[in-house]
Amino acid sequence: MDIKDIIKPENKVYGKTPLLTDAVMHYCPGCTHGVVHKIIAEVIEEMGIQDKTIGISPVGCAVLAYNYIDIDWEQSAHGRAPALATATKRLNPEKYVFTYQGDGDLASIGCGEVMHACNRGENIVIIFINNAIYGMTGGQMAPTTLLGQVTATTPYGRRADLNGYPMKITEIVAQLEGTCYVTRQSAQNPAAVRKAKKAIRKAFENSMMNKGTSFVEIVSTCNSGWKLTPVKANKWMEENMFPFYQLGDIKDR
Amino acid sequence: MAEKILMKGNEAIAYGAIRCGCDGYFGYPITPQSEVMETLMVEKPWETTGMVVLQAESETSSINMLYGGACTGKKVMTSSSSPGISLMCEGLTYLAGAELPCLVVNVMRGGPGLGTIQPSQSDYFQCVKGGGHGDYHMIILAPASAQDMYDFVDEAFNLAFKYRNPAMILSDGVIGQMMEKVEMRPMKPRRTTEELLAECGSWALTGKTPDRKRNLITSLALEPHIMEAHNQKLQAKYREIEANEVRYSTYKAEDAEHLIVAYGSVYRICESVVDMAREKGIKVGILRPITLYPYPEKELDALVPQMKSILTVEMSAGQMVEDVRRIANGRVPVNFYGRFGGSIPSPEEILEALENYIK
Repeated sequence: MDIKDIIKPENKVYGKTPLLTDAVMHYCPGCTHGVVHKIIAEVIEEMGIQDKTIGISPVGCAVLAYNYIDIDWEQSAHGRAPALATATKRLNPEKYVFTYQGDGDLASIGCGEVMHACNRGENIVIIFINNAIYGMTGGQMAPTTLLGQVTATTPYGRRADLNGYPMKITEIVAQLEGTCYVTRQSAQNPAAVRKAKKAIRKAFENSMMNKGTSFVEIVSTCNSGWKLTPVKANKWMEENMFPFYQLGDIKDR
Repeated sequence: MAEKILMKGNEAIAYGAIRCGCDGYFGYPITPQSEVMETLMVEKPWETTGMVVLQAESETSSINMLYGGACTGKKVMTSSSSPGISLMCEGLTYLAGAELPCLVVNVMRGGPGLGTIQPSQSDYFQCVKGGGHGDYHMIILAPASAQDMYDFVDEAFNLAFKYRNPAMILSDGVIGQMMEKVEMRPMKPRRTTEELLAECGSWALTGKTPDRKRNLITSLALEPHIMEAHNQKLQAKYREIEANEVRYSTYKAEDAEHLIVAYGSVYRICESVVDMAREKGIKVGILRPITLYPYPEKELDALVPQMKSILTVEMSAGQMVEDVRRIANGRVPVNFYGRFGGSIPSPEEILEALENYIK
C-alpha cells in the first residue's frame, strides 16, 4: 500500500487546529505551554470565536504566546495583564478576553492586579500556569515554589523562615465574590488534557454570561528549571505538586 | 451664545472628556485631582454617551487599564497627581513603546516623596524628559486656565491619535482647584465602530477576521536590529511632532527688552508681573510654552537677540530653565526664580527678583 492511499481525508483521526500557527515554538522540549496553547486554540476554533477573542500575553516564558495562536493579541507589562483585560473587556463587552500568565507574573509581581480584577468580577478568563518556578529568567524561586524545592535563588531548598510559604493563590481568588469558576487542572497526559480543555471551554463560555471571573490554574512542569527530564518532571509534579496543589474544581457557580 | 459655567479646572477635565467622545476613564484618587473622577461618577456618562468610568485599585493598574483600552483603538484617559504619576511611569513607557494613543492628566503637587498636596511644577523633568525607561516622549500640553483644561482634553486626544502616542496634560494644583468660567464646546459623539475601524483598523485589536492578519500590540523586540529600527521609527515620529505641533503664546513680547519664560499657573502670575514692571518703565514680555514637548525652540530662539536678559519662573527648583539656557546658548543671561515644595510665588516677589537681576 502506498502512503498516498493512507493520507486521505476519510482516514484522518486528528488534525492541528488552524488557529495554532506554524511558527516553531520556543518552548523547551517537554514543556506544557505548547499543550495548553493548543487547548486554547482548539476551544476558540470550536466555539467559532476567532474574530471575537483577544489574548493577553504576560512577561515570562509565554511572552511570545502571540506567535502561536492566530488571534489579536496584546502583550502586557509584568503582572499587569488582568488590568489590561479589565479595560479591554469593559470597552469591548462583545469580545472574549483572556490572560495567560505564569506563577511569577500572576502570583508575585501581579498579585494586586489579579486580586482586584477577580474581586470586581471582570467577565474575563485567566489562565494561570503554575510550574513553581521562574522559567524565562533561569529558574528562580516563585511564590508557588514548594518548601525544600531547589531553585537558582533557593540553592539549598526553599525555607519557610527565609522565603515564606508556597502560595495557593487559586484558593485565595476562589474566596473572592467576583469569581464564578475557579479550577485547578493539569496537562501531563491525554486524560488530564481532556479535563483541562473542558475547564477552559467552560471558562470561555462563562465570560459571556455576566457571571464574573473564570480562573483556570494548570499545574505544570518546568523540566529545564527543575533540571529533570520531561518524564521525570511529570513524575516529580505528580508526587510533589499534586499533594499540595490538589486538582479539581474549587468553585463553580 | 455658548454656555459658560463656573467650575474647577479638575471638573473641566471631566466635562471635556464626556463631551469630546472619550470612551473610558480609569483612575485612582489622589489630591489635588480627585474631582476629575468624582465629577465623572456624578455625571454617570455610561448612561448617556456610553463612556466607561472605573476606579482602579492603584495608579499602576489604571495606567495598565489605559494600555488594555488603547490596544482596541478606544479613546482612554486617566488623571493623577505627582506620586501617582511616578507609579504610572512603567505603564507610560510601555504605552509609548507600543505606540498607543491615550491621555494622562497630571495635576502636579510638591515633592519629592509624599511631599505635599499643594501645587508644584516639579515634575517637568519626569514628564517632559521621560520618567520611564528608554528613549521616548509624550506630547505634553500645559494648561493655564480651567478653559484650557477643558479644551486640551480634545486637543490631546487628537494629537495622541494623530501620532499614535501618549499625550499628557501637565497641570498643577492651582489650575486644578481654581474656579473659572468655562465655555462648554459643542458635544462630540463617541466614535462608532465603523469610525474606529476606519481610523485604527490597521493596528487596533478589533478581532481577527479572515480578511486580515492578526494584530499585535507589543513593545517587545528581542533582536537588536529590529528594536533599533523600531526606535528609529519612534525618533522620526518625534521629529515630525517637533516640526508640526509646537504651541505657544506671547504676552507683550514684541517690544520687550527682558523676557520671562513661564508656563501653567506661573504664566498667569507673570502676566501681572509684566503689567507691574511696565508701569515702572521696564519693558518685559512673556513667552509661554503651551506644549512643553515639543518645546517652542525656534520661537524662543527668535526672541533671544532682542533681549537683554531672560528670567525663567517655575514652581520648581529649576527644571525648565535648563531648556531655556540650552536654547539661549550663552547669548544673554538666563536667570531663574523658583518657589517649590508647594509654595506659590507672588507677583511682587517675582518682580523684585527681576529687578535685582537686571539692575
